[in-house]
Amino acid sequence: MSLIHASAAQLLTQLESGEITSVELTKACLAQIEGADKQVGSFLRVMTDSALEQAESVDARRKKGEKLGLLAGVPVAIKDLLCTKGEVTTCASKMLENFVPPYDATVISKLKAADAVLIGKTNMDEFAMGGSTENSALGKTRNPWNLDCVPGGSSGGAAACLAASMAPLSIGTDTGGSIRQPASFCGVVGMKPTYGLVSRYGLIAFASSLDQIGPMARTAEDTALLLEAIAGYDPHDSTSANVRIPAYSQSVKQPLKGLRLGIVKEHFGEGLDSEVDAAVQEAIKVYKSLGATVTDISLPHSKYGIAVYYIIAPSEASSNLARFDGAHYGHRCDEAKMLEQLAKERAELEAKGDEEELKKLDTSLVRMYRQSRAEGFGPEVKRRIMLGTYTLSAGYYDAYYLKALKVRRLISNDYETAFKNVDLLIGPTAPTPSFAAGTKTDDPLAMYLGDLFTVTANLAGVGGISIPCGFSKSGMPIGVQLQGPPLAEERLLQAAHMYQTATDWHERRPELS
Amino acid sequence: MSESPYEIVIGLEVHVQLATNTKLFCRCSTKYGAAPNTQTCPVCLAMPGTLPVMNRHAFELAMQTACALNLEIPRFTKWDRKNYYYPDLPKGYQISQFDLPMSQKGYLLITDPKGQFEPRKVRIIRAHLEEDAGKSMHDEAAGKADSRIDLNRTGTPLLEIVSEPDMRSPLEAKAYLTELKLILEYLGVSDCNMQEGSLRVDANVNLHLLDDDGKKAATPIVEIKNMNSFRAVERAIAYEATRQYEVWQETKQKIGQVPKQTRGWDDQAQVTRGQRHKEESSDYRYFPEPDLAPVTTTEEEVAAVMASLCELPRQMRERLEAEYKIPAYDADVIVNQGRATVEYYETLAKLGGDGKLASNWVQQEVLRVQKERDLEIGGFPISPERLAELIKAVAGKEIDGTRAKDVFAEMLDSDKSAADVMKEMGIEKVDDSELENLCRELLENNPKVVADLKEGKVKAVGALIGQAKKKNPNIDPGTFRQMCIDMSASM
Ligand SMILES: [Zn+2]
Repeated sequence: MSLIHASAAQLLTQLESGEITSVELTKACLAQIEGADKQVGSFLRVMTDSALEQAESVDARRKKGEKLGLLAGVPVAIKDLLCTKGEVTTCASKMLENFVPPYDATVISKLKAADAVLIGKTNMDEFAMGGSTENSALGKTRNPWNLDCVPGGSSGGAAACLAASMAPLSIGTDTGGSIRQPASFCGVVGMKPTYGLVSRYGLIAFASSLDQIGPMARTAEDTALLLEAIAGYDPHDSTSANVRIPAYSQSVKQPLKGLRLGIVKEHFGEGLDSEVDAAVQEAIKVYKSLGATVTDISLPHSKYGIAVYYIIAPSEASSNLARFDGAHYGHRCDEAKMLEQLAKERAELEAKGDEEELKKLDTSLVRMYRQSRAEGFGPEVKRRIMLGTYTLSAGYYDAYYLKALKVRRLISNDYETAFKNVDLLIGPTAPTPSFAAGTKTDDPLAMYLGDLFTVTANLAGVGGISIPCGFSKSGMPIGVQLQGPPLAEERLLQAAHMYQTATDWHERRPELS
Repeated sequence: MSESPYEIVIGLEVHVQLATNTKLFCRCSTKYGAAPNTQTCPVCLAMPGTLPVMNRHAFELAMQTACALNLEIPRFTKWDRKNYYYPDLPKGYQISQFDLPMSQKGYLLITDPKGQFEPRKVRIIRAHLEEDAGKSMHDEAAGKADSRIDLNRTGTPLLEIVSEPDMRSPLEAKAYLTELKLILEYLGVSDCNMQEGSLRVDANVNLHLLDDDGKKAATPIVEIKNMNSFRAVERAIAYEATRQYEVWQETKQKIGQVPKQTRGWDDQAQVTRGQRHKEESSDYRYFPEPDLAPVTTTEEEVAAVMASLCELPRQMRERLEAEYKIPAYDADVIVNQGRATVEYYETLAKLGGDGKLASNWVQQEVLRVQKERDLEIGGFPISPERLAELIKAVAGKEIDGTRAKDVFAEMLDSDKSAADVMKEMGIEKVDDSELENLCRELLENNPKVVADLKEGKVKAVGALIGQAKKKNPNIDPGTFRQMCIDMSASM
């Protein structure tokens, strides 16, 4: 198997035996990026020089017989919202087009400590808001299986680069399904770990109580490897879980005996694409054939998931994004022009003698904020900031935000109840396979419904994983989602691996010219 | 109520900077006076992606303060975001506490030993923790409109202590602040330096009065900011009361009819001035801070803090009164000087053997010299042990008060003991028989004085004291006077 198609686990074996070097591997990935990414557009920046340096250093240390980290010499792509010291980190926004963090996110530090090769920063929806990576202000990403289709979002670049064999491992983030849905659209594996399992320090926040960094790969085994490298308690993140991290990469191959799967009733019915339905049913059969028992389970409050999510996430986002004000971070408007314009407006109003309007006229500071933010943020980000500002405002807080918090609790309780009877939940990752670019951009609500089956895991803080389980007639990948109780990542990965030992959907690769 | 046509109603909000070495949510130094933006890190600069982590020491200092102010400390408290835009607020929100503060429902007792107001229990609504903002410096010199931002102060832990509007005069407000500051200093939870902004006060003031048809009415509440001394607070409130009464007479505007106004105190002009009212009244869009875990405290923890509290000013005044038999006024003066002065006093009183005498000396001589020479009690040139010798001599009538002050003055600028100075100055206790002889001699030489004394004109003895002192400067005038009176009766 060629280097670029191999799994990280296979590559590590080859690296350790000396069959290949990290420089060779990294060069192979860089060559694939060079060749294919003009069409796919999964990378915002390729870190060619530093990646090769890291690869050389790992090779040299390996030669000397030094003890190396878990991912020694394996390239990893990073979603461009993880702060990387000295590297532009943009969140795919004009706002942060030139932002160079002076520090590393904890996950980046951990990857460095694991001796991974950071190969580049991947494209995403601006500030992780979106389900198709069409909201990126800095470039277009296309689905490697069909360049007219979207890769999903917001971790679209992170998923696409795996499908197009540009990197064996990739880091995404998931706030409402942003890892699992693009994984499903691109035919790769993507996991949203339990909230708090992976430190959020250095993740440019979208919605703090929902955001979670997670591993993406082409196999469950690789996903386990990457999760093991990035998980763990971080004193810099007070919401991080202080728990022992199992050796996922070791335990992933242990089959689960007597696995009890729960089928979420609410996930099958109206809104679910028939081809997705069929593929997921097939996947369930595979599990049965592997000895799993299957029962129907209800998450009765899951129907409120989207509504609750689109209150809580924008509320937190409106606050998290306040720091991008032109005064401290991000884009600042052309002040000279702005002041000139303001003076002109004032003069006009004074000439008219319009006292009322004059009183309402911005101070220069307010105008600076207003204009910088107007120029720096894209439409979806603005839409959510406005939504969040509205739902948090004094008159509406109780009706929206507070109520959403209460329903969030009910959704959590649903999961607790469900996990009393089953080990994992199974269902579709997304209601449809990938769709043609541009078809939903004018209909945000239709786009939001793409999160239907994934958001509840974020609201409840539980883990979920999407694995490839088939293709639509038009040749687009379909994903099946497994969800587990808090901190049951080991079980999720084992179940995913079990499935991949019996199927070969994950081995298929798109043909790129 | 006095004859005043109104009653002043005052509530105070005090922001106390807690004496931690590091900030509330990161490990940057809180030291005052460093070069701008040198005490910052990605967290307090609000770098994208950073997260706050609570400083437990700040929470402990807040707990100590809360216990000393009789506040209840709930088992569970959380953090909230207060969202607003300002250049010195890098996150665009301040992490504060909204609906579940770390302490609530307490009180502070204030008394005035001079009797200018009745003792009062000022209720405290709450005390909550929050982070400070940075500092904007507007450089408008030479036609420039530059604003510079210093974020050194950003994230410094503040405890906001909010009182009920329980104070009724500027004097009471000052007494509340003085007592509060004293407690904070005794606890060591803050350096309370108002110049450096460690203690900041906002006052909410309005008037209760009778309207034209004799019904009780209240004027709109005004919040006064920018007061940088207790004297300024006192004056600002007094000014504001007069101003509000004038406005009332003119407009008859009552509370609720106009929005709450914010006025700044102009210390130069000694007036309050209206601050520009923002059209869009602030909606802070408070919501629970998702980046911080809530804080829980156990009953044992609170009990441990209670047990660890030092003796507070109020208890100390009572103890000094009882233990050293001094008046309330004396205890008040000494305790209000701070813990170090109390320690000085107690050593002096114990070794000198006379509490009242020690109190007089501290109040009159020690404080005077401290003031003249701008000294802290810790740097006072005469240790309480050395001063105690002198006090003992005075108490034992070895030396009279006036000459003792001369000895004191000499001791101030030398390392000599009281005994040595007295010896050098030829001061020694006059023998009773020597005093008797002197007394007899002078009375015999002054029959007119004897006659006057026999008629009860005690004053007459004064003429002899001067002569006696000339003959022997060590005589104690009091003892000599009494001896003359007694002796003259049998002459
Ligand atoms: Zn800091």
